[in-house]
Amino acid sequence: MSQLLEVSGVSVTFDGFRAINNLSFSIGPAELRAIIGPNGAGKTTFMDIVTGKTRPDEGRVLWGTKLQSLLSMSEAQIARAGVGRKFQRPTVFEDQTVADNLMMALKAARGPLAVLFWSPKPADHARVAELATEVGLGDSLARKSGELSHGQKQWLEIGMLLAQEPQLLLVDEPAAGMTLAEREHTTRLLVDLAKTRAVVVVEHDMEFVRRLNCKVTVLHEGSVLAEGSLDHVTRNPHVIDVYLGRSER
Amino acid sequence: MTRTYLARNPSVLWFLLILSLFTLGVTVLSEAYGVAFLSTSFIKTLGKTLCLCLAALAMDLIWGYAGILSLGHMAFFALGGYMIGMWLMYARTEGIVITALSNEALPATAQEIQNGIAGQIFGVVGASELPSVWLFAHSLPLQLMLVVLVPGILALIFGWLAFRSRVTGVYLSILTQAMTLALALYLFQNDSGLRGNNGLSGLQNIPGLADVSQDRISVWFLWASAFALGLGYLLVAWVVSGKFGSVIRAIRDDEARVRFLGYSVEGYKLFVFTLTAIIAAIAGALYYPQAGIINPAELAPIASIYLAVWVAIGGRGRLYGAVIGAAAVSLLSSWFTGGRAPSINLGFYTINWVDWWLILLGLSFVGVTLFAPKGIGGLFDLLQGLRSPDRKGAALGPDDGSLMEKEAKE
Amino acid sequence: MRAALAAIVLALLSLMPLAALAQTSPPLSAVQIVEDNRAQIEKPSRQTIGPVIAGLAGSGDPQALVILSAWANRGLGVRKSDGAFVLISETADGYVLRALDGSDAGTAARADITELRPNAGVRGVIATALVQFNLSDPDPARRADALTTIARDPAPELLDPLRASIDAETDPVLRARKDRLNRLLTLRFDPDSATRIAAVESFSGDLGLDLRGALNPLLATTRRAAPLGTAIDGNIARDLKPGSDLTEVEAYDLLVAANLAPARLTPAELKSALAANITDGAVAGIPLADLNTQAARNRAYTALEVAGTVPVAATDEEVTQIVAGHRFVLTYSEPDTAVTTAAQAVLTGIEVKLGAMQMADLALDALSLASIYFLAAIGLAITFGVMRVINMAHGEFIMMGAYTGYVVQLFIPNYTLSLIVALPLAFLVTFAAGVAMERLVIRHLYKRPLETLLATFGISIALQQLAKNIFGTQARPLTSPAWLDGALTFNDIVSISYIRVAIFVLALVFLMFFLWLMKRTRLGLEVRAVTQNPSMAASMGINPDRINMLTFGLGSGIAGIAGIAIGLFAKVTSELGNDYIVQSFMTVVVGGVGNIWGTLAGALMIGTLQKGIEWFNPSNTLAAQTYMILFIILFIQFRPRGIIALKGRAAGD
Repeated sequence: MSQLLEVSGVSVTFDGFRAINNLSFSIGPAELRAIIGPNGAGKTTFMDIVTGKTRPDEGRVLWGTKLQSLLSMSEAQIARAGVGRKFQRPTVFEDQTVADNLMMALKAARGPLAVLFWSPKPADHARVAELATEVGLGDSLARKSGELSHGQKQWLEIGMLLAQEPQLLLVDEPAAGMTLAEREHTTRLLVDLAKTRAVVVVEHDMEFVRRLNCKVTVLHEGSVLAEGSLDHVTRNPHVIDVYLGRSER
Repeated sequence: MTRTYLARNPSVLWFLLILSLFTLGVTVLSEAYGVAFLSTSFIKTLGKTLCLCLAALAMDLIWGYAGILSLGHMAFFALGGYMIGMWLMYARTEGIVITALSNEALPATAQEIQNGIAGQIFGVVGASELPSVWLFAHSLPLQLMLVVLVPGILALIFGWLAFRSRVTGVYLSILTQAMTLALALYLFQNDSGLRGNNGLSGLQNIPGLADVSQDRISVWFLWASAFALGLGYLLVAWVVSGKFGSVIRAIRDDEARVRFLGYSVEGYKLFVFTLTAIIAAIAGALYYPQAGIINPAELAPIASIYLAVWVAIGGRGRLYGAVIGAAAVSLLSSWFTGGRAPSINLGFYTINWVDWWLILLGLSFVGVTLFAPKGIGGLFDLLQGLRSPDRKGAALGPDDGSLMEKEAKE
Repeated sequence: MRAALAAIVLALLSLMPLAALAQTSPPLSAVQIVEDNRAQIEKPSRQTIGPVIAGLAGSGDPQALVILSAWANRGLGVRKSDGAFVLISETADGYVLRALDGSDAGTAARADITELRPNAGVRGVIATALVQFNLSDPDPARRADALTTIARDPAPELLDPLRASIDAETDPVLRARKDRLNRLLTLRFDPDSATRIAAVESFSGDLGLDLRGALNPLLATTRRAAPLGTAIDGNIARDLKPGSDLTEVEAYDLLVAANLAPARLTPAELKSALAANITDGAVAGIPLADLNTQAARNRAYTALEVAGTVPVAATDEEVTQIVAGHRFVLTYSEPDTAVTTAAQAVLTGIEVKLGAMQMADLALDALSLASIYFLAAIGLAITFGVMRVINMAHGEFIMMGAYTGYVVQLFIPNYTLSLIVALPLAFLVTFAAGVAMERLVIRHLYKRPLETLLATFGISIALQQLAKNIFGTQARPLTSPAWLDGALTFNDIVSISYIRVAIFVLALVFLMFFLWLMKRTRLGLEVRAVTQNPSMAASMGINPDRINMLTFGLGSGIAGIAGIAIGLFAKVTSELGNDYIVQSFMTVVVGGVGNIWGTLAGALMIGTLQKGIEWFNPSNTLAAQTYMILFIILFIQFRPRGIIALKGRAAGD
């Protein structure tokens, strides 16, 4: 099976601290993957590298069937290539309405001139409304997103991700701060999404990961410690030692 | 589309209406076309104020909407003035030289006319040759193109360098200020080809209109300025109303997030920076023929800071706010510094406003920043009973828009 | 006859030390010599008076000096009654007289005396003779004076007496000076080419201004022209190519001056010639209306030339042709090729060394400019670099410091004492201003940096205007104490004023102070804690408000002290701060925000750069600043975070 994203031998150092150490990782075009690991294991840095925010000192990051290197691309180019990212904290544009937020994220030409002369077609309005309904904000389209609750902002951000129609979704702790019902909704949505695209979920919460029921990659000190089903990795003595063991104590 | 645009921007119609009424009113009160209630110099002041409003509009677009506090837009404004000033001065001097040479026995050669012009214009800095930057000065269309091209290309190059290296926030402000200072220092030199600190003068005399009195010309320029302001307002309102406006406001609020949406933030910033530079340049090209003189002091960084002050006092992030701020503060300023404001006698000390106006302005600016970040435009919110959304303590609105990313995350 | 013989003998003898002369032949008295040469002295001529003066000078009679000086200064006269020479000095109603031997000779009315007034040429000869005289004077001070006179106004005839005086010189310093002067005169005036070259080469590597003064006349050149194929006599330095070495106009003017070509017709002359020949609205048949190009005017003039109405003049084409037919050279006025070659070689060597010295001087200048920028920026390194608060009124704090110094000087006239008082006072004043500003304004804007920028601008505008209202617009002096006047001089080229040294030292002191404060004190620790994580710091018992206030006050206070330092060498005006604010921010940004070593590196870079650019174009400091700012903008392209950048997460985007 050809891989959508292939990260190999990547290392990055901050002021002498090795945040990522010879990390290799790959994910297929329609796969759900959870990444777990203790604080400082390099989860966020890993996402930063894939999305172009951080440049690694060495290693390769290849994308798609054409094996494009993501390392020479800017964040915007990577996003346009089809990598979507959801941050830990909901970051939506609070000064603008839900509809504006979604409209901005909608897949369309991204150049300044194209955007300047772009005007929404009825189909675009329909798509925005559809997305809003999907994430439960159907009747909040005209509200300023700053007025939304924390959970609603999370949903809006997920809606924006969907509007981008990415091939790979990087989701950082989606369940943080959500109620139980919201979590279940999120789980279903992520599992659904992974049927048509690759989804990488970074999560602390073991229960949530268990519900995702997918392959798990355990990061530790910047490299992969174990990979496999959740049950498989939780039995791994190293994993128990560095992560689970500690948290259970 | 048009319907949506106007529906989204009800202020546009109001603005155009008020601007038309204002222009009409001034015309009726003018010496040349009406009851001669307003003096020519006051009409010039009003015309100049309209140009400053246009520049403030550009400033609002770049700062209020895109979050880039540029301290260099008055430099573009002045550059526009220089470009049109070159033609005005050249063409007028050409007329004078030709008249002077026509008294001689032989008809003048092109070279003699050229030398005569160069001597007239550059005698004051001890040069007698026309510098190469004056290559197009003989032609109005070419020089009008330069009004747009020179500031536009400068903004493009500078913006490309600055945005490419991801200089943001206050760093960018300081960098633009440095650019302005560099430009001003350059123009202060006598060998810059623009008459050093003498600047260009006599710009109020429009070549070919020698027979038309200044009171008429002043009204014409008022019309032109009002027209440009109206057009500029339409343009800027259109730019900020659609998705483009969404994107630049999003850049202002969180540019990293916009990048992850796939928008090349640098391209947008560059576009807005260049567009606003061009608008400012056009405003300057209309301003300086009314002012009559331009010199490098007009480029000093402080001028651009005043521009920011006007926009802040008027209210950032809303176009009419910028216009109101620029009009109010610059008119007040000329009232106070013109010595027309009555002095206040405190008994032990007399407050002479010529000396104290700047202190008042500076302090009121601090006051506005601290207590009324929405400026005068905020009053309209109160009138309309609009309330800003409850941000649940996570303020990330236009006021905090230009936060550095790190601080925004805290 | 006897006089002539004596003169010759004396001229020969003057080559020997005077001491020897005194031993070998009985000296003639000065009075005797004057009497013997009465006719010459009464009506002296530059050409023939030499031997007489030499005789007097060489007589060894102390009175000869008196007579010679008197003669040169209208102090010698002839009494009309008996024709006797007398030394005269003018009084209100006549002269007081002394005989030539110095004895008193009473007084005389103005009409009784003929004052001798030798012309300038003769006075020059006398002066030279006096110098020779002084060269062997027993008083070392007079000998030194004589050497100075020779050095100032060297002449060929001084060479021999100078050489003659060397051997008897006992003072080693004076002897060295005489030796040097001898060589300087030798290389210019000695008749023997080899001796001159030896003298020139003896100076190899010497940097003295006197040497350059001696070499330059040897290498003085003139432009000359000759038709191609004819020889040009003289010592040719090099060929000149019209167009590159000299313009065609210059070349042609040279030919005109040498009568090798007819004068050129300027366009104005051509025009007036045409205007004088207008007949029936046309010149030489060409209608006036057509004469609006230079080509048409040339045609008209040529037609007039043909008709013989106007003199023949060179047209542009002819000028080009004539210039092409000539050779242009640069010739040395010194005819001896070997000497000019040697002199050129030595001068080139000197210039290389001189360049190195100028570089050293430039480096010192750059260093002092860097320390000024560093001083101006170090306060910012605290407020902006550490606290990340952008304070546009920083420049005005510098100004306040400078004005504090000025006010203190109004009350304390002793400059040293006033400086000692002013430094802490300036710190206190600006510290208070900084604390007030932090409490009243900045505290409310910590999360809104752009608005801090604008609000502090408001304060900056207000403070500047306030200073104008109080102190007026004219510059106020801040005078440095006398012990800071003058300069530390290393040689003719490399020197630095003491004020700049003091500023350099002050900058170093502040660097140390900053490092000590941040790394070694409780306050520094707390400052670093508060800037990194205010809430965590607060939970550990640190009061962030207090720390922010103190830190900001400290940064402002240092700005005040910097203000005094800057005020000492620049005039204190209300715009003083304005001149430094952009550069200060640039220094901090270029160096790398949040790192004092970065600020230091930034100041060094900007200082060096500015001086370096000024060196290329010394007349134009405005251009230097322009290019420096452009360079900084470009520099930020390559190192957006400055020279010393924090890397990774700690940098905080």
